[in-house]
Amino acid sequence: MSARRIFTRPARIAVLAPYLWMALFFLVPFGFVVKISLSQTAIAQPPYLPVFDLAAGWSAIKAAFVALSLDNFRLLVSDNLYVLSCLRSVIVASVSTAILLAIGYPIAYGMARLPKSWQPLAMMLVIVPFWTSFLIRIYAWINILQHDGLLNKILLALHVVAAPVVWLSTDTAMFVGIVYSYLPFMILPLYATLAKLQPSLLEAAADLGASPRRAFWLVTFPLSLPGVGAGVLLCFIPIVGEFVIPDLLAGSDSIMIGQTLWLEFFTNRDWPVASALAVVLLALLLLPLLIYERLQRRQLEGAQ
Amino acid sequence: MAARASRLTRFNIAALALGFAFLYLPIVILVIYSFNASKLVTVWGGWSLRWYGDFFNDQAMLAAAWMSLRVALVSATAATLLGTLAAVALSRGGHFRGRTLFSGMLYAPLVMPEVITGLSLLLLFVALDAERGFWTVTIAHTTLTMCFVAVVVQSRLGSLDRSLEEAAMDLGCDPVRAFFAATVPLIWPAVAAGWMLACALSLDDLVIASFTTGPGSATLPIRIYSEVRLGVKPEINAICTLIIGVVTLVIVAASLASKLSSARGESAAPL
Repeated sequence: MSARRIFTRPARIAVLAPYLWMALFFLVPFGFVVKISLSQTAIAQPPYLPVFDLAAGWSAIKAAFVALSLDNFRLLVSDNLYVLSCLRSVIVASVSTAILLAIGYPIAYGMARLPKSWQPLAMMLVIVPFWTSFLIRIYAWINILQHDGLLNKILLALHVVAAPVVWLSTDTAMFVGIVYSYLPFMILPLYATLAKLQPSLLEAAADLGASPRRAFWLVTFPLSLPGVGAGVLLCFIPIVGEFVIPDLLAGSDSIMIGQTLWLEFFTNRDWPVASALAVVLLALLLLPLLIYERLQRRQLEGAQ
Repeated sequence: MAARASRLTRFNIAALALGFAFLYLPIVILVIYSFNASKLVTVWGGWSLRWYGDFFNDQAMLAAAWMSLRVALVSATAATLLGTLAAVALSRGGHFRGRTLFSGMLYAPLVMPEVITGLSLLLLFVALDAERGFWTVTIAHTTLTMCFVAVVVQSRLGSLDRSLEEAAMDLGCDPVRAFFAATVPLIWPAVAAGWMLACALSLDDLVIASFTTGPGSATLPIRIYSEVRLGVKPEINAICTLIIGVVTLVIVAASLASKLSSARGESAAPL
């Protein structure tokens, strides 16, 4: 019992460095985002200045102090482009998360039913693609989906289609890319809860006359719900703000909020509107983020 | 009885086979085509290493790779130090003031869209009038990856048997010494795994680096991204294959290391 208490004081001193770091580089920056999102676009963006000119940033911040206004947010609400990109982000994220759950669950379930000695290998196989670069995995799909790529070649050879199908720059390609990139994030939390399930519960259900299918829906699935929740949040939240996958795989006729932010920042060099978009995106995600944070905390600290 | 519970149905086998095929086939195809002699990416022209030669002659790409490597090594090391301290504080510090805020700040970046993190850090750097380049990207990556390190180390600390720490204290160690004598040897596989994860994440990051870097100091993903936007090029296949090779080597080394430590009676680190 003594260790727990004696460790407390040094551990509290240990917290200082990471605490200050996160406060300075995670919390304080949000203050700047909010401040700049409230500043005047015209004042904050002097013409003829390159985007990385420090003076532009300084005046943006100074402007934020003197002239706070909600103009940027009014612009976001009044312009269809922004409203539609918000809507599209939420829809894309919901659909992708549903597909991920439908694909990821059977895989995680199969993994949990593998012989115990095989399970670490299976888990490793899921994790390895997670370690390989995100960009590389998207690029691999561009290879396959391009006009004269492998997929079209196979489809033509099998006479499924008469002419090459356009895959790139479509929503289909984007969904394939998202599902491919986020699949490990869905499988791992599902597997973690399914692997912990007591086999005796299923035996009891069988003894009481439940068919395997009924036992699954009555016992396994309800008990795996924490894993479902973690997997859904782990995928949904980042997908809403996703930039790279829609940028490289989807068409340019309708864009997601992450792309809009990128465009405003890098192409239009409109920092205040980009900041306002960041605030909106954060507001959209606040509730799922809070739920996720609670789940994560309970999982990591619950045992203690 | 356990045998019945773990018996695989045909459905299970099909799900696993299709799932792993889906995860691995695209990467395998990419690797194979990197050895393609033909200039056309989609036409097979025999085996060749010419695109690897092209990469090693591409000065801009090599400079970006070197920049990425330096950022990854420095930021992963800083992130491992800070993340481990954070994990120790959360699992051994009891209920200190501001704990909820602290754990919130640590867990949020794990899922926070990168455009938000990138933009907000950039605005901070601009406000601080910092020159953007190597150090700003390194600080940004440290901030992101220390959260992953903290989670990995914290889950190891949570599953640790406290009696060893207590024994060390009973034998007269002060807390700091007990920590280094009893705790550190038990959590080092997790700390090492956290360091490698931080490295991999830093090497991988495009969005945050794009926001926080300055002119003339592009990282490898930024270079690759600008090339990929222009279409598929065989040289990119070669670079990607090299990265996959390095990452696979590191993972195999890591799993061997964690097997070695688990052979000594410790369980393997997560991730």
